[in-house]
Amino acid sequence: MSKDHIMPGHDAAHAEEGGHAPSTFRGYMTGFVLSVILTAIPFWLVMDGVLASSGATALTILVIGAVQMVVHMVYFLHMNSRSEGGWTLLALIFTVIIVAIALAGSLWVMYHLNVNMMPGHLHDMPSM
Amino acid sequence: MSDTRILHASAAGGSASADDSRFIVREPHHPENGTLLGFWIYLMSDCLIFACLFAVYGVQGRAYAGGPTGAELFDLKLVAVNTAMLLLSSITYGFAMLEAQRARLSGTLVWLVVTGMFGLAFLGLELYEFHHLVEHGAGPWRSAFLSSFFTLVGTHGLHVTFGIVWLVTLLFQLGRHGLIPENRRRLMCLSMFWHFLDVVWIGVFTFVYLMGVLP
Repeated sequence: MSKDHIMPGHDAAHAEEGGHAPSTFRGYMTGFVLSVILTAIPFWLVMDGVLASSGATALTILVIGAVQMVVHMVYFLHMNSRSEGGWTLLALIFTVIIVAIALAGSLWVMYHLNVNMMPGHLHDMPSM
Repeated sequence: MSDTRILHASAAGGSASADDSRFIVREPHHPENGTLLGFWIYLMSDCLIFACLFAVYGVQGRAYAGGPTGAELFDLKLVAVNTAMLLLSSITYGFAMLEAQRARLSGTLVWLVVTGMFGLAFLGLELYEFHHLVEHGAGPWRSAFLSSFFTLVGTHGLHVTFGIVWLVTLLFQLGRHGLIPENRRRLMCLSMFWHFLDVVWIGVFTFVYLMGVLP
């Protein structure tokens, strides 16, 4: 008999939480405090115009946004490599790859389309 | 399951059966409770919908067509309050889950109601913002920027609306049947849905509002 069958109590508790580790007050509060800080910083950066360059500000708040998403995934969605035998993490990684391709690809293609199809540039086309 | 039973039976019964087990992969068996995994996969597909809308906004976000720009329209203080509402609703939902873990029904219900209130406050502020924009002639028909803005933020708002409908339904189910396993499962699913919407909102306030007002 495998371990799960020896401990029916453990099995039931496991099923109740759907393979997730039990949540703790500490975990939720850590996530909340981190996400408040990670929300406040980008708003402060933009509203007070702390950084002179728009590009630097945009890059900073995008990175902070990404970090905050990870914080939410870990502390609120209880994402880890063990939940549901690792299948949730696998699905997430797959989705992140697809999302990255869709976003980066769209922006890249449409940017170049915009630049190259500007009316002013059209007469340059035959010489290309 | 039956495979493991056969494996153990043969392992216990015969001495020469050690080789029989080589075809059986010894790994933790697949999740028996597939609902949460299925719901997670639904959320991932929802993520793809939002990715498409984000891509559209990324492409059209500066196509103002001579109309108002993000810097002129967005009220960051309002967005900050809105974000706070959603963040608070996330943590209060967490408290509801903790109460449910301790099998305290009334605590769960109270925190769920608080979560719903924060959700409604978020929706109210968002509708106020939309109304304000439309009133000033900055409706979705004005420019590609505003079309993509209303589609993306509106889709998120619709998700929150349905989340609140679900939450109210769950309140009645909990009130009638208590913290039975089925209701715990529903609580977990709504928890994932609610926190997922918060994750999407991080993308919205960063990519749409904050980056929209940058010169």
